[in-house]
Amino acid sequence: MTPDIQPALESQGYLAADNLSMALHIAMQLERPLLLEGDAGVGKTELAKALATHLNTELIRLQCYEGLDAHHALYEWNYPKQLLTIRSAAAEGKSGATVEQRLFGEEFLIERPLLKALQATSRPVLLIDEIDRADEAFEAFLLEVLSDFQISIPELGTIRAKQRPFVILTANGTRDLSDALRRRCIYSYLDYPDRHRELAILHRRIPDADTHLLGQITHFVHSLREESLEKKPGIAETIDFAAAIAGLGLNDLSDNPALVHQALVTLLKTQADLDAIAPEVSARLAGRA
Amino acid sequence: MSRVTRFAARDPGPSARIAGFIGHLREQGYQLGVGDTLIALQALETVDPCSIEVVRAALRASCVKHREQQQNFDALFDSYWLQNGRVREKAAPKPSERNLKGGNSSRSTAGQDQDQGRTDTPDNGEGEIEASGVGRKVAARRDIKLKKDLRQWVSPEDVTEAEQIAKQLGEQLRHQRSRRYTKHAHSTYLDLRHTLRKAMTTGGEPLNLAWKMRPYRPIKIAALCDVSGSMEHYSRPFLAFLAGMMRSDPNADAYLFHTRLVRITDTLRDRDALRMLNRLTLLSDGVGGGSKIGANLERYAERYARRFVNSQTVVLIFSDGYDSDSPEPLVNALQRLRKRGAKIVWLNPLKGWVDYQPVARAMAAALPLLDHFAPATTLQDLADLGAHLQ
Repeated sequence: MTPDIQPALESQGYLAADNLSMALHIAMQLERPLLLEGDAGVGKTELAKALATHLNTELIRLQCYEGLDAHHALYEWNYPKQLLTIRSAAAEGKSGATVEQRLFGEEFLIERPLLKALQATSRPVLLIDEIDRADEAFEAFLLEVLSDFQISIPELGTIRAKQRPFVILTANGTRDLSDALRRRCIYSYLDYPDRHRELAILHRRIPDADTHLLGQITHFVHSLREESLEKKPGIAETIDFAAAIAGLGLNDLSDNPALVHQALVTLLKTQADLDAIAPEVSARLAGRA
Repeated sequence: MSRVTRFAARDPGPSARIAGFIGHLREQGYQLGVGDTLIALQALETVDPCSIEVVRAALRASCVKHREQQQNFDALFDSYWLQNGRVREKAAPKPSERNLKGGNSSRSTAGQDQDQGRTDTPDNGEGEIEASGVGRKVAARRDIKLKKDLRQWVSPEDVTEAEQIAKQLGEQLRHQRSRRYTKHAHSTYLDLRHTLRKAMTTGGEPLNLAWKMRPYRPIKIAALCDVSGSMEHYSRPFLAFLAGMMRSDPNADAYLFHTRLVRITDTLRDRDALRMLNRLTLLSDGVGGGSKIGANLERYAERYARRFVNSQTVVLIFSDGYDSDSPEPLVNALQRLRKRGAKIVWLNPLKGWVDYQPVARAMAAALPLLDHFAPATTLQDLADLGAHLQ
């Protein structure tokens, strides 16, 4: 038995492995955040998008980066607007007390993703992308938000989530995440898809392409991933590569090894990797595919 | 399924079994609390727990918190729920294979006997069939004897002493500062930008001053310790040092290598020093054997360094440089580590000798890629290291 979520995601064009769909199912049932770890390009962010489309709800995304702090994630007061209001009020000769009442109202509040997710009327999907890039301090802050789904704004009071959002966190291993964060989440490690599933994904994404060619491409990419590369090509790269090959009018990889080698720019994203895969190597891989 | 574990009749029910399973996982190093047992039970409620694969998937999703755990979960699941341990033990001699061999030629069985069972079997040579039957078991026993007990290498007292030194070292290392400024309440640098912004609240008059300073940027240490045969006498202080460092510095990272590379960071953080040494011993079978420095460093550079090594990292390698392989993988690995911006410090116990020359092939090849090459035979040597790590 597979959870119902698997076919639902499939109808959105996302083919989830059994492991992942079970983790997602449990995370949704228990209302726990889902922590996805895996190399870049294995479909962590895509899952959130597919889920949001399936649930027909809003996807709120918080992209983490080094130095991200609570203000950027939660809310900020709109200072320029507040200043302008003060000025215009002064010109109109209003008393300070009436202006102050207004200054810290919701109209001056800039909602950042976390607050937006708490205030959404229909249950949104909150994607916290690349949490490992944010500092540990932010991680701790996030823990607090994720455990209660409420935040306090001194001027406004406590804001509780109208509905608990589905939270999906992704990480690709820039640093080790704290055990506290792991403990609060349902965890799933995403690996590169097996050949069968990757072929199915390609089929969905490039429906016009020839089955035989797509089979060759998946085989090619899989053998490429076994080479020692700095950055292994993810699914998105495979799709690009397949689109490039199909666009170049090739029907068989072994037809034109030189062209295949040139199309490698869609798969390999560092100079060292491009150097590592010599034309002979790519021709050999293409020939075997 | 006949393989499914049969629980005793007095077993109080499914919840207790799940709790038992969580305990089983906990013994294997999973950090699971009481809340996690509840999650596991709730997770089972949301699925149809009639098929073992569904149960497996549901428990995996609720208990696994690490990539490594995801990989070994299946084995742990089998050993608890499917009594795999016992089944495998029974199946281990693989009767069909043995019959085949016995039927083929008696000589090959005798050869096997010599290889595996000879030294310790008292009834050696008396009957081929028996010798081949128990040979595997005896071989395993001999393996255990060969296994070095790390408790003989490191004592809990050593760890306490090393902890002090590691703490001092950590203090010294923290003196590196970032180039960026951040807000800070007690500093002598005025944060003009922020002061002006604050001035808005006081009608443009900068009454409240804001200050800034350059924050400390702690250095992360990643240590790799060679525990191969040639290093046997030297690894002791270093292992103690690593244990000490892991306890005092939450950012540090440690590995053992001989023929394999084992990450021991979490093990070394165990609060109970004796239990830590026990776990370490379990992890490090193969200690005292040969070493593959190049291959192991390459694996490190490829797998772990991507996550843990950046420009604030110092990679400490503790090894004598006697590698049984060619030096190319080693050079390759060191180059990759340098590319990530890490500092590489190689500690060689032999360097303390009077006229030591780094002539071992691997050592000679690695030398140009090192930031610092130092002797390390005692804990004091390690304590003196601070100055070079910055």
